[in-house]
Amino acid sequence: METRVVVSDENGLHARPAAQFVKAANSFVCDVWIGKDGRMVNAKSIVGVLSLGVGKGTEIVIKAQGQDEEKAVEELKKLIGEA
Amino acid sequence: MLKGIAASPGIAIGKVLKYENKLSLFKEKIEPWEIDEELQNLHRAVQDHILRLTELRDKTGREIGEKEAEIFDAHILMLKDPMFIESIEEKIRVGKNSAAAAVKFAVEETAGILKDVDDEYIRERASDIEDVGNGLIKNILNIDDGLIEKLNDEVILVAQELNPSDTARMDKEKVLGFALDTGGRTSHIAIMANSLEIPAVLGVEGLSKNVKDNDLIIVDGNKGIIIVHPSDEQIGEYNRQLEAYKMKKSMAEKECNRPCATRDGKEIQIGANIGTPGDAEYAKKYGARGVGLYRTEFLFMDRNDLPSEEEQFIAYREVAEKMAPGPVIIRTLDIGADKSLPYLELPREQNPFLGWRAIRICLDRRDIFITQIRAVLRASNFGNIKIMYPMVCGVGELIQANGILQQAKDDLKKEGIAYDEKIETGIMIETPAAAIICDILVKYVDFFSIGTNDLTQYTLAVDRMNNRVADLYNPMHPAVLRLVKHVIDVSHRAGKWTGMCGELAGETLAAPVLVGLGIDEMSMNPLSIPRIKETLRRISFDKAKEFSKEVLSMEHPQEAQDACRAFLDQTGN
Repeated sequence: METRVVVSDENGLHARPAAQFVKAANSFVCDVWIGKDGRMVNAKSIVGVLSLGVGKGTEIVIKAQGQDEEKAVEELKKLIGEA
Repeated sequence: MLKGIAASPGIAIGKVLKYENKLSLFKEKIEPWEIDEELQNLHRAVQDHILRLTELRDKTGREIGEKEAEIFDAHILMLKDPMFIESIEEKIRVGKNSAAAAVKFAVEETAGILKDVDDEYIRERASDIEDVGNGLIKNILNIDDGLIEKLNDEVILVAQELNPSDTARMDKEKVLGFALDTGGRTSHIAIMANSLEIPAVLGVEGLSKNVKDNDLIIVDGNKGIIIVHPSDEQIGEYNRQLEAYKMKKSMAEKECNRPCATRDGKEIQIGANIGTPGDAEYAKKYGARGVGLYRTEFLFMDRNDLPSEEEQFIAYREVAEKMAPGPVIIRTLDIGADKSLPYLELPREQNPFLGWRAIRICLDRRDIFITQIRAVLRASNFGNIKIMYPMVCGVGELIQANGILQQAKDDLKKEGIAYDEKIETGIMIETPAAAIICDILVKYVDFFSIGTNDLTQYTLAVDRMNNRVADLYNPMHPAVLRLVKHVIDVSHRAGKWTGMCGELAGETLAAPVLVGLGIDEMSMNPLSIPRIKETLRRISFDKAKEFSKEVLSMEHPQEAQDACRAFLDQTGN
């Protein structure tokens, strides 16, 4: 399951928001990835998420696979996208 | 003379201690049969280092500030990072590197990835991964670099760079100043130096190469200057400046052990906010007469189960004995919202600050609450303890909590265990609801303590951690100040008292208003005590009363702040 979302946080996915995002991703059992411009990284990895260099207004893809994938995609989308 | 960035004010004259973050040589290549052992070594070190960083985070949170502690959260996440850890494992398994070498290479690789990102802030995170990696390697090699944890002599720390984990561990009492090759005004080290009131000059290119241990240097944090091998004349000049500054400070510190009153004799109790029994010592040193807020959460953190009644009793008794005859206000467990305890498995919530937290959890988990109350009561026999409940919003919660307190008292009596029968009970005023109905609540308590951080957050509907609205957060907003006034007035009419334990109590600027409104007690970070006492002693209560009336009618927080600044300027130094 996957979705597209435009990052709305003023700071993009900087250290603090990235840490929140990664912590949230880690609370799900399923595998989660986050991607930008065709490059996908493990969303449970802070280094991976930071290395994407996601600024405000960037469109990203969130993808999840596993038992709680729907909930993961939905909550992670809410965390970084427009309400 | 070398120029750098004036990152933290003050002057320090002393001998250099060079701190080098270099690691000794270690074996890089391993034999195939050593792979498993190295992997085990790595995993042990990772777990161990996570524990260390967690301790460091809590220590920094207590001693310096929550903001400064946040950086360690990112560090801990890096140690749990599957990409990072897998990359290390691969370098051991496939590359036949020792665990230490594998970490070194993985850090270089990862830092390289971050340095390539087109975003300055993220590029700087590369230094965080290097900090984490160094710590991890030291842990793998069992290097105990206690060097800066216990210093024998006072020193000026000179280094190419200092990591947050170095600063958090160092022996703060012995460090007179910092002088670094790198760093800017907004670096971690600048923030820490300011909070610790240690002079610092940063960004002095080539400094560490040009000095040796025990060289005499002067750090002028006011002008951003470093003088290596100063002349007698320069030493004389700076010594004069330093003496003048020290005299002012020592006067404030000497004064701070006397009771604190305004110029016209209105006494105000000054207490400290503490998190552990160890903090009590520190609090007394800075002139706290009592503890206005003992955050008991720390006793419950960094462990896998609830602390027993006996464990809690020992901690509470220690603080009570250390501070006696001064009062110690013990706040019952305040978890939930931004503070979780993994072993309690608190549910994830949509709105944690409006959710299951503090007294709400305690009333549902009576087992936890009654254990804590019993421990507090038993400790009350050894000093001057008061109990305070957090996050009360209505009379129902208060009556329920008092009921449990009564039950605990009855039980102890039956068991023949002594406690202070006249123990005072109070509540935090940290929600608008509690402030507005404090005339009802006051009937059931002996005192109030205003928690301005949450009160401001809830009154103004602002999450101050949210960058987009953080500038709306202002405890000098008329809505907050009026609630504060209401609470103080109501408590006085009922013959009771009101204290304040939020950050506002430690802010010099707010002191004239708070005094004018009639606050009875102020509790703060120990470091702020000498400064606040000095300010209070300059203020006249009569004038502050008039002044606070004016401030309460001001329309804008900024107006109130400007007026306070002008008021303090008028009272002179």
